[in-house]
Amino acid sequence: MIPPVLHVHHVTVTFNEVEALSDVSFDLAEGEFLAIVGPNGAGKSTLIKVALGLITPQRGHAALFGEDAGRHPERIGYVPQLKTFDRSFPATALELVVSGLRRVWPGRLRPHERDSALRTLEQVGATHLAKRTLSRLSGGELQRAFLARALVRRPSLVLLDEPATGVDFLAEHDLYDLLERYQTETGATVAMITHDLSAARYHATKVAVLNRQLHGFGPPDEVLCEACLKEAYGHLGHAHGVIVL
Amino acid sequence: MIEGLAEILTFPFMQRAMIAGLLVALMAGLLGVFIVQRGLSFLGHGLAHAAFGGAALGLLIGVSQPLWVALVFTLAAALGIAFVHERTRLSGDTAVGIFTAVSVALGVLFIGLRRDYGVDVWSLLFGSILGIGAQELIIIASVTILTLLVLVPLWSRLAYATFDNELAQTDGVRVRLLEYVLFALAAVAIVASVSVIGVVLIAAYVVIPAATARLLSRSLFRMTALSIAIGLFSTVVGLFGSFLLDVPSGSTIILTQAALFLLAAVLAPR
Repeated sequence: MIPPVLHVHHVTVTFNEVEALSDVSFDLAEGEFLAIVGPNGAGKSTLIKVALGLITPQRGHAALFGEDAGRHPERIGYVPQLKTFDRSFPATALELVVSGLRRVWPGRLRPHERDSALRTLEQVGATHLAKRTLSRLSGGELQRAFLARALVRRPSLVLLDEPATGVDFLAEHDLYDLLERYQTETGATVAMITHDLSAARYHATKVAVLNRQLHGFGPPDEVLCEACLKEAYGHLGHAHGVIVL
Repeated sequence: MIEGLAEILTFPFMQRAMIAGLLVALMAGLLGVFIVQRGLSFLGHGLAHAAFGGAALGLLIGVSQPLWVALVFTLAAALGIAFVHERTRLSGDTAVGIFTAVSVALGVLFIGLRRDYGVDVWSLLFGSILGIGAQELIIIASVTILTLLVLVPLWSRLAYATFDNELAQTDGVRVRLLEYVLFALAAVAIVASVSVIGVVLIAAYVVIPAATARLLSRSLFRMTALSIAIGLFSTVVGLFGSFLLDVPSGSTIILTQAALFLLAAVLAPR
C-alpha cells in the first residue's frame, strides 16, 4: 500500500501552555492540492512546520512519504512567508535558486547548477531576474524567485506559507497557474496556507479548515460551507461571498 | 620607495607584527562577514570586553599567560550570549550588552583588587603589535589555522543559516549548533587578537572590513573575499604608515579601514 504523502496523526502542539494545534489528524494523498485555511493564529504555519520537521509535537506525529517528518528534505520544496527573511542579504536571485538545488548556500556557482537554476527561473517567467539582487526585487518578483528555489530540486511535495501575501492579483493568478502546471508535469502534491478562500475553492482539491482544531477536511465544495467556516472563524465576515459563489 | 618599505620589513619586530596583523585580518575578515550580516556587530565589542575581564582575572591570580584565562572567560561569555539569544526574545545586541557590562565591571574589579595599574593593563586595552613575541605569534597562528579549518568547510552552512535560519533548518542544517560554533570561534579569535591590537580596537577589526565589503558586494561569497582582502590591505598600509609616521600601529590600521569604509560608502551604488 502506498503511504500518504503527508500523514498527520493526532498532532498537538503547545507553546507556553497555549495549544497551537489540538489533536489534528488527516492524510494527504499524492497529487492533491491542499489549501490550509483559517483565521490568524489558527496554527496553520505551525502545522507546516510540524510537516517540515521544524517543530516536534508534544503529542501525535507527522510523517512524509511514510517516514518521520524532516527525513527527506530533498523531496520537499518549501516557500516560506516572504516577510520573514532579511532582504539586505547580499545575493542574486540566481544564487537563491541554486541554494534550493545545493541545499547549502552556494559560493561559486557550477555550470550545471547555473543551467538548472536558469531553466527553473524560465519556467516561472523570471529569467530576467537572475542577476538582480534580492533587495531590488518587488514582492511578486521575490515570490517567483522563491518558487523557483522550491521547484528547482523537482520536489514531490511543495509546501507554501501564504505565498500570495503582498503580491498583486496578476502575480497571484500566475502563481496558481505555475503550481498547477508543475503538478500536471510531475504529479507532485501541493499544500498551501492561504487566507484567500476563493483561491482555496477554485484551485485546491482538498481544503483543511483549521483553528487550532481541524474543523473540516475534504473537497472544497463540502468543507467551505457556512457551518464549517462559522465554526472555525466564529463569524463569516467577508468569507460569506465565497460560499455562495 | 619600495626599497624603503622592504627595508622596514628587515626588522624582526616588524616581521612579527606584519605576520600577526595579517593573521588577525584573515580571521577577523572571515568571521566578521557572519557577525555583520547577522546584525551582531556589537558581538566583537562585547567579546573583546569579556577578554578584558578574563585577562584582568589572569593578572590578578598571577598566571604567566593571562590570555589563557581570558580565553576561558571569553568562551564562557560567548556561549552565555548565544544561550540568552536563543532562549529569550531579547535581541542579540541586548544579550551582548548585558555580558559586556558585566565583563567590564569584573575586569575593573579584578584590576582594582590587584592595586597595580601597570603596563600589562595598558597593553591589554590598546595592544602592542610591535612588541609581539614569538610565543604570542605561535598562539595567533594556531588560532588562525583552527579558525580556517572550522570555518572554511562550514562556510556554506553558516551562510545558509545567516540568510534564513528556518530554510537552512528545513534542509537539515543544524543552525543552533552552528551559532554556538560561530560564537565560540569568535571568542577564541578575539582573545588571540587582543594581544595584537588590544581590546578597544579588535571590535572594529571584526566589523569595519566586513561592513565595507558589504557595501561593495552583490554576493556573500564576494563579500567574504573582499572582507579578508580589505583587512589584509589595511594591515599592511596601517603598519607601514605607523612606522613612517611614528604613531601607534593599532590606530593607523583601523583608521585605514575607516578610510576605506568611507570611500565605499560614498562610491557604492545605493
